[in-house]
Amino acid sequence: MATTTARVAATVHPHTYAICAAAWVVPGAGHLWLGRRQKGIAFLLLLPLMFACGLWLEGRLFPFEITQPLVALAAAADVGIGLPYLLAKAMSMGAGRVVAITYEYGNAFLIVAGLLNMLVVLDAFDIAQGRK
Amino acid sequence: MVVFAFFVSAVFATLMRESAGEQLRFGARLMGGFVVGGVVLGWLLYVLPF
Repeated sequence: MATTTARVAATVHPHTYAICAAAWVVPGAGHLWLGRRQKGIAFLLLLPLMFACGLWLEGRLFPFEITQPLVALAAAADVGIGLPYLLAKAMSMGAGRVVAITYEYGNAFLIVAGLLNMLVVLDAFDIAQGRK
Repeated sequence: MVVFAFFVSAVFATLMRESAGEQLRFGARLMGGFVVGGVVLGWLLYVLPF
């Protein structure tokens, strides 16, 4: 028991939370930090590209409206992508055009890109904790 | 739908498999499942009267 605890403690990365923050801000950065280069590069390419597709399809970056819980949830999912979200907001992108035929597709791309990046952050956390 | 299936499959395959070959096989299977599942579900909804 003591040996097992000692072994797990030895493999825990000292900067776990900094790695998670980096993984959130830049998709794939956590994996790159942990030396998983192939995975990191794949996430770095795929997730921002998926987010960009969502913007191109005229999806909307939802505002945080507590009075509309589903809109607030969609906003939380959008934020999951990190820096691309902040850049898009700073550049006044993601206004969404409700009458566009691709509007709902765009929303799906934006929301799912954010949610997938949250999964990537959790994976980086597991690796940093020595679980994978 | 195919583009969406590609992105989701690629990310899941990268997350869940370690080697590039395994990722490619798993990703292709996953994407096929998404696309075929989407078409089948579309036809089922088309047949339903409501």
